[in-house]
Amino acid sequence: MYMNSFTTKENDMNEIEQFTTVITPKTGWLDINLKEVWKYRDLITLFVRRSFVSQYKQTILGPAWAFIQPFLTTIVFTLIFGNIAGLAPGGIPSFVFYFSGTILWTYFSNCLSLTANTFVGNAGIMGKVYYPRLVTPISTVLSQLISFAIQFCFLVAFVLYFALTKQIHPNWWILMTPVLLLQLAMLSMGFGIIISSVTTKYRDLAKLVGFGVQLWMYGSPVAYDMFSMEAFAPGGKWHTLYMCNPVTPIINIFRYGYLGFGSVEWRFYGFGWITTLVFLFFGVILFSRVEKTFMDTV
Amino acid sequence: MEELAIKIEHVSKQYRLGTIGGGTLKGDLQSWWARVRGKEDPNSKIGSNQNIKIGERFLALDDINLEVRKGEALGIIGHNGAGKSTLLKLLSRVTAPTEGRILINGRIASMLEVGTGFHPELTGRENVYMNGAILGMTKAEIEKKFDEIVAFAEMEKFIDTPVKRYSSGMYVKLAFAVAAHLDSEIMVMDEVLAVGDMKFQQKCLGRMGDAANEEDRTVLYVSHNMSTIRRLCTRCIVLDHGRLIYNGDVETAIGIYSDCQTKTQYSYDFSQQKRALGVSMNMQFLSLVIHNSPEEVIRSGDQILASIHCKANAAFQNMGIRFEIVAADGSVAGTMLSECMICAEKGQLLDIDVTIDTSHLAPGNYRFDMLAFQRNEFGVEGWCDRVSGAIQLELQKTNDSDLEWLSHYWGHTRFSDITITEVKKNMSPD
Repeated sequence: MYMNSFTTKENDMNEIEQFTTVITPKTGWLDINLKEVWKYRDLITLFVRRSFVSQYKQTILGPAWAFIQPFLTTIVFTLIFGNIAGLAPGGIPSFVFYFSGTILWTYFSNCLSLTANTFVGNAGIMGKVYYPRLVTPISTVLSQLISFAIQFCFLVAFVLYFALTKQIHPNWWILMTPVLLLQLAMLSMGFGIIISSVTTKYRDLAKLVGFGVQLWMYGSPVAYDMFSMEAFAPGGKWHTLYMCNPVTPIINIFRYGYLGFGSVEWRFYGFGWITTLVFLFFGVILFSRVEKTFMDTV
Repeated sequence: MEELAIKIEHVSKQYRLGTIGGGTLKGDLQSWWARVRGKEDPNSKIGSNQNIKIGERFLALDDINLEVRKGEALGIIGHNGAGKSTLLKLLSRVTAPTEGRILINGRIASMLEVGTGFHPELTGRENVYMNGAILGMTKAEIEKKFDEIVAFAEMEKFIDTPVKRYSSGMYVKLAFAVAAHLDSEIMVMDEVLAVGDMKFQQKCLGRMGDAANEEDRTVLYVSHNMSTIRRLCTRCIVLDHGRLIYNGDVETAIGIYSDCQTKTQYSYDFSQQKRALGVSMNMQFLSLVIHNSPEEVIRSGDQILASIHCKANAAFQNMGIRFEIVAADGSVAGTMLSECMICAEKGQLLDIDVTIDTSHLAPGNYRFDMLAFQRNEFGVEGWCDRVSGAIQLELQKTNDSDLEWLSHYWGHTRFSDITITEVKKNMSPD
């Protein structure tokens, strides 16, 4: 069978075709089985449901917690960064400015830190039974979307109120919302599964994730207005570098749509998409590479 | 050619002993940087060389070749660390082999641990769906089987209660029911029956037997419980230190596993054997010789003449000897006692001649564990010495035309024959 003659090789191929699954030691770098993930879509639905239902079981307020957390964060931001430090933009209510940034950031950071824990956190179940491992980060990203949806409803209510009182000016850019969310989900998952794949062997990176996410937030226009900062604003010294952060254009477009505030820069948004796709692609490859034997090293 | 369900070709699985890598990124970077510059690895142990590094690797499975036909129930036995669980892990794709190839025909439902993926906060119903999906069923399939699963688990009343309120037995019942009703072509099970009560265990075994016999599904079953292996499996393999040492019928496999397959030996030396704690060693067994002629087979009912050579380390009185007879399947067949009449002074060497009557022992392979014991005035026993495997015996049928003894149905004891005193013959009244 291991002879190189053509006929035996062909026989071997015929033999393999009789079987539905072939388990071999190592696969090529591009062996990604997305078809199988699709077959397990019911599992994704159930995982999403499970994490949402179990998150709020035995709490009185239930899913309201999804709103309370970013709401309190927004109040803190408004008071400290807005009123005391004076980092909020003028001309629009700072509450809705902070709330819009916070819910986007909450979604991104939750997805990132949860998917970064995919292998280590689920080693128990993954050590017992096989299912396409990519199911777990995908369902994480989807289940976080439910919390985001709750927060988003409140955002719409706030925006409606402020728009009717003529304090802000929403425009058709709000139609970009699903695209922005998709990009945010892909970006966080890409980063998350890269970290997850690397931390099966080295836990060092896991320690960094919490801190890194915090730092990243200060590198994005969440807690302050970048347009009133001389160095970061368009034409500023650090503007190009600052805009290379793929999260920044997403937040900017989001705020431009709902608040009519700031500006949209296409070239940075396009660059953000390239970054996102590269990270996601690299992440999925690395993830598929690690998933086969991570149980031996985790 | 019969249809194959699983084909395992030259499969090996290697693990590295000790910690993996340097444990931290820094350690591995240091080693890597040292290698790049051609210098000595600062993290390697002093004096270690390539050869020792290779020795650090450990083969959990070593060149396994195996074919399993469709509808077969295959038992996998072996001592702890033999590689059974590793094999199942490879089959259920939890981890990948280091070498070789596994071909599988059909879907595998692995029950490496029942209740995998049960979430304590969710209800039984929700968990059934969850568990089924993890095992690869679609929602529609689970819906179709749902009532059957609940009925099998006898859980109709509790199905809408969160599983964290369940007793451990209920938990396992429900989990097994889900796994057993999955429409998979291959079922892989690792000691799933270690839990649950007797009645449920019987039910599970029956269910698995049905799966193999009637539904033509393939069952792979790992257990240390020989009676379930015997009940369920049609073929059995024995693993030992990662190698497949036997592949064939169940009884022989169990014999190999329980180490009782050896032929009769005629002389034994116990001086090197390690003794258990709790023996006083007032009397010490040194050796044993069987005087029967090695040319003649020992048959059930024969007398075995043996001499036990032993030494008195202290003075004792009223010592007795006992043989605990263990059958090939690991169960205790019975015990033989001697009178408590041996006395000796300190330092004396004793030769005790004994006659062992095998007339109540059914044909088969046995291991005799020998004990020297004393009884105090309250009837409490004290052990002086105990050696295991004092006699390895292969007992043949009384005569060749005798019935083949089916020990797993009939036991290991052949009681005295029934005496038929009279057979009266009458014409039937009509």
